[in-house]
Amino acid sequence: MLERTGTFAENKDIARSLREKFVFPNLKNGFDLIFDYDGVSNTTQSFTHALISEAIRKFGPDVIDRLTFKNCSTEVKKIINIVVEYMQGNMESPVS
Amino acid sequence: MPLAFYQDSRYFKQMEVHIPNSAFLGNINGFLSTLKLDNPDFLKITANPKWISVHPLILCIIGILGKNIPADKITCELIAAPSGHYLKRMKLFEFMGINPGVKEIVEHEPAGRFIPLTQVKNSNDLDYFLKDLVPLLHFDNDPKHVKSIQHIFSELIRNVLEHSRSSDGAVVCAQYFKKTNKISIGVADMGIGLQKSLSQSYPVKDSIEAINLALTPGVTGTTSKPGGTAQNAGFGLFLIKSIAYTGGNFFNIMSGDKMYKLLQKKKSSFKLSGDPFKDRHSIISIPFWTGVAVGVDISLEKTTEFSSLLDNIHDFYSKEVRGQKKARYKRPKFE
Repeated sequence: MLERTGTFAENKDIARSLREKFVFPNLKNGFDLIFDYDGVSNTTQSFTHALISEAIRKFGPDVIDRLTFKNCSTEVKKIINIVVEYMQGNMESPVS
Repeated sequence: MPLAFYQDSRYFKQMEVHIPNSAFLGNINGFLSTLKLDNPDFLKITANPKWISVHPLILCIIGILGKNIPADKITCELIAAPSGHYLKRMKLFEFMGINPGVKEIVEHEPAGRFIPLTQVKNSNDLDYFLKDLVPLLHFDNDPKHVKSIQHIFSELIRNVLEHSRSSDGAVVCAQYFKKTNKISIGVADMGIGLQKSLSQSYPVKDSIEAINLALTPGVTGTTSKPGGTAQNAGFGLFLIKSIAYTGGNFFNIMSGDKMYKLLQKKKSSFKLSGDPFKDRHSIISIPFWTGVAVGVDISLEKTTEFSSLLDNIHDFYSKEVRGQKKARYKRPKFE
């Protein structure tokens, strides 16, 4: 992630590009994904939403088990948690 | 008819701005009551002759009004107040391409004090702006607050770039006030405003309803679907208001004919509300502002670390938004 986003991952154009070129095609082809945040100290809720929310909506909540977030700072972890919970809360059929 | 003669006549309409001796988010009403936005082709600026001390939001408002007007259509009287050099240091006049008389001073290095008026027109400009942010505000040695401040700037400016439909983008500036130990931030645009933007997805009858929706978590102009779109969640302004609220700071947002002012809370409660009108606030009528302008104060003493703020927001989400749903949610995997 660091190479693409810098230490503050906030650029939603980059999130869109990662989503369209990396996240969707790989999930579609059955691969699990690892997002390595090593060196990324901060992110925004908007960036994280743009990166993963559509994958949760499109592939369902089970896709969350196929995503691993590595080397996240405390704040990055908390933001990812908020986005993941927010998306499931807004889906018609959350995990029962 | 000669322009000067016409300008002196009572039939002549122009925008008028008076820079008072003091205008911050708490006492901004006086500034707004003298603001006139009648004719966007001409701008007249006057100032208190004895003292000038204003919030960056005021500078953003004046700067963006004057930015697209030819210099010869702007009249600005001599800035006589000894503190008037502040306006020059924040590059207000340079930004508008005018050069009124201001008492000369030796310019200080900008680092550690302020971010002068800056125009951010696209994502590349924002990247550069955010890189300069930490050294300009001298946050290198204050990691405790830098993440909140980065978050606020990113969310506010991206809102403008994505929703305002203004080719001029956002006008931004910020100032650290040593005496009160706070960072004050202003961001303004002259785009389509909240009501038009949100009307793409919601029926919005007036400016108050537009402000209410804009500050409600999960509402975005790009869709009425719960959860937002792939690119927008509708959480940004709520998050910024929450950062201001938990630190007991002011947060003002104006669009159309109204300004919402989040007032400083009385108790040291951290309970967030999804309904902005349940927070302690006031609504002020203003001359019609086509775009959106936002002012935020962040007290470095009272504002908790960004990590704690995120805990508050997570708690809020779990209790207030998720409510009584019994569903178990999957949790992300971290390594």
